[in-house]
Amino acid sequence: MKKSIFQNRWLPYLLIAPQLIVVIVFFFWPAFDTLRLAVFQTSPFGDRQVFVGLKNFTDLLSSPEYYRSVLHSFIFSLGVTFLGLTFSLFLATLANQKISGLPFYRTAVLWTYGIAPPVSGVIWLFIFHPSYGILTYLLSRVTSYEFNWLLKGWVAMALVIFAATWAHLGYNIAFFLAALQTIPKSVTEAAKVDGASGFSLFRWITFPLLSPVTFFLFIMNMVFSFFETFGIIHAVTQGGPGDTTTIMVYKTYVDGFVHLRMGSSAAQSAILMALVIFLTVLQFRYTERKVFY
Amino acid sequence: MAPASEKLKGPQRRDWNKLVVHLLLLFSVGLIGFPLYYGFVISTQSMEEVTRNPQVLLPSSHLWENYSRIWNRLQMGRLLFNSAVVALVVSFGKILISILSAYAIVYFNFRGKQIAFWMIFITLMLPVPVRIISTYQVVTELGWVDTYAGLTIPLIASATATFLFRQFYLTIPDELVDAAKIDGSGPLRFLWSILLPNSGANIAALFVVMFIYGWNQYLWPLMVTNSEKMRVVVTGIASTIPLNSMPPRWHSGAGSVSIRVASRTRAAASQSPAPRRLICQSSPARRAANAALTAITTCSPAYFHRTYKPQS
Repeated sequence: MKKSIFQNRWLPYLLIAPQLIVVIVFFFWPAFDTLRLAVFQTSPFGDRQVFVGLKNFTDLLSSPEYYRSVLHSFIFSLGVTFLGLTFSLFLATLANQKISGLPFYRTAVLWTYGIAPPVSGVIWLFIFHPSYGILTYLLSRVTSYEFNWLLKGWVAMALVIFAATWAHLGYNIAFFLAALQTIPKSVTEAAKVDGASGFSLFRWITFPLLSPVTFFLFIMNMVFSFFETFGIIHAVTQGGPGDTTTIMVYKTYVDGFVHLRMGSSAAQSAILMALVIFLTVLQFRYTERKVFY
Repeated sequence: MAPASEKLKGPQRRDWNKLVVHLLLLFSVGLIGFPLYYGFVISTQSMEEVTRNPQVLLPSSHLWENYSRIWNRLQMGRLLFNSAVVALVVSFGKILISILSAYAIVYFNFRGKQIAFWMIFITLMLPVPVRIISTYQVVTELGWVDTYAGLTIPLIASATATFLFRQFYLTIPDELVDAAKIDGSGPLRFLWSILLPNSGANIAALFVVMFIYGWNQYLWPLMVTNSEKMRVVVTGIASTIPLNSMPPRWHSGAGSVSIRVASRTRAAASQSPAPRRLICQSSPARRAANAALTAITTCSPAYFHRTYKPQS
């Protein structure tokens, strides 16, 4: 803490007021109101509210549709996280070797950071198009299986996973690269003297030293794929075919704004809130301590 | 004759390794770049060319036609303007209110300081989807639906930026404050003349990240706008995708994608002055790469604040 500080009775309140007003009006009040709505049943036009206790939650937890959306969310998020972390760790390790042209390579792998997820979704939609997409065409040359995402749920899931992963690659690579640069040369050189090289150097030295950032990225990717990928689903698959790409956030939106089932939607929001709190606490707890190797 | 593996010892073997690394990197760069290239190629083709099987993966001659059509159909000028307004107001708003609140938290003692700090921190756990209906209702009651205020102000609280500035202010030596006090400067004067001029690197990094954040918003603009005139470009592009219809109209969709990406890249490129300590390096490409790295990693609340110092 600072020793030298200013003395002023009202100035600090004035300085912090703008942020606090936004936080209270647009974050705290709505979050509180969401929790309140979750225990009420609201008529579609919002004119009547009846207290129903935990009925909205018990209804959700007894509906197979909701469990399916949870399952789809986890398949989607784990897919995005695993694919994204593997590929970006591979790329960052390559882009950290001592070779010429490094600045070019680094720029060429980082630029996807700016891609908006829905735009990524649109581009991957072209690639996966059932009749004309380039990927569908290439696959049709080697197999007669019909890769039509309009008909097959798992193809649609693959489409949105690829789109989300692509849009988030730049972020992951940036963190892995930055972390790789903080590994002291003395450590790797000592390992080399002991005879480690190539893959064993990576497996036994680099990878363990990267574990804090890997864990951090795991959480950030889960948060991203749960909460920031709504645009991909909404723009591309609309949760379909059937409900095979309906993730929890998308279902919350559809129930609240399309079906006007406020109570159910608010209850789903409350469950999502618990999830994001859990992930954030996990992240802060473990990245603070750095006890990974 | 010695076996091939023995010939490759020493410098030769290292060259061979480097070649493999180069090839793998080039392949990956191609893989990452392909979707964007593909979108661009389609945006230059006519409907007949797009629906040909197999497609020709080379740019064709219909670029101007497609781009002008989508420009007019979507009122692209207006959408880009809206996106620019949203991105600029959100990024500057976040930076401004975060500088002020971090300054209050670090340089003053006041009642409720801890509570205020934790309240800002907790916003990290309240993304739009977990308070979706109620936030919309608040905006409705304020009469902000379909206005720039509704599009921007609910997004400008920032725990990330507040942390970043707090962390940075804590590294500023106390002697600086003492010196300023002796010279008779008050708190606002100190903020304006000493802290702000030294925050350039942090502001630049935050600006890039927050500009992209604002520009890429989708769910929030989708909810709070209902007229064509107030839409932003990302929701506009997504609306060009006809659901499940065939043949697709994607060459126009692709056009808008490229417009968006180009304008975004231009904006980001012109707005990304690297933190000063990185500029001493020679080539522009290296500067760009390092600026991006620094911007992305310094703007994350939890991890790199304490651990990561960019190499100079």
